[in-house]
Amino acid sequence: MSLIRYYSPELSTWSPFDRLASLRDEFNRLFESGAESSAREHGLLAAWAPALDLYQDRDHVFVKVELPGLKKEDIEITVHDGALSVSGERKEEQENKEGDSFRSERVFGRFHRSVALPAAVDAGKVTASYKDGILTVTLPKAEEAKPKQIEISAS
Amino acid sequence: MDTTLTKNEVKDNGLRRVSFVTPQAAIHETKEGYVLQAEMPGVNKAGLEVTVTNNELTIVGRRSDPEVKAETVYRESRPRDFRRVFELDPAIDSAKIEARMDQGILTLTLPKAERVKPRKIAITD
Repeated sequence: MSLIRYYSPELSTWSPFDRLASLRDEFNRLFESGAESSAREHGLLAAWAPALDLYQDRDHVFVKVELPGLKKEDIEITVHDGALSVSGERKEEQENKEGDSFRSERVFGRFHRSVALPAAVDAGKVTASYKDGILTVTLPKAEEAKPKQIEISAS
Repeated sequence: MDTTLTKNEVKDNGLRRVSFVTPQAAIHETKEGYVLQAEMPGVNKAGLEVTVTNNELTIVGRRSDPEVKAETVYRESRPRDFRRVFELDPAIDSAKIEARMDQGILTLTLPKAERVKPRKIAITD
């Protein structure tokens, strides 16, 4: 599971933890030992953190997650305490388990991503779609979170 | 079957450099041949190009997911198309390669030519 805190885009547009994780993966690939690659094959070391994007406009927060190869039924989305969580499981097809694997860079198993939302949302009106391996969650902002122009009354 | 990957950049017609994302792939050998899978989120059937030239298999996936028209708060995905080149086992019958695209996963079936498959010879009396 990787938990991403919200950083102001001016300060940082990426999470150092994710970069470290991918750096670690790179090193693992360089110094791949037999035991480790077999452990990864069996899902012991496989940590899958799918790429997540966060956008907002005046009325909505949008979250896009790259989740190729899942079934709609295997994705779970929850909004709780100002954070959105996406979790699920990618199952390896049985047919691919037979025979020799020449090269396997794909990761299977469970994943969990959470992101703090930049504004309060109306949890009852959240919608989600899954197309071409991309999950898009649309979260309408709560009325009190929308910017409001205040008129100055003439005295 | 091997994969060769040099710098993932191609010059377009105007000789600008176009860079791509290398999709993660998995290759399995079956009795009939090979199965190659590549992860290309945002790519559908229309954006897919699979070409074979001189024992080289090139996969190009062009993303069709619309950019979100809003302020970016945080971004991890890379808005680039996918490209990867694989060297083919000469035993593969390139005329019989089949491609399928499902929820961002490309599955290529690469059957071996009949002549290289092990064949059981029946003994006649």
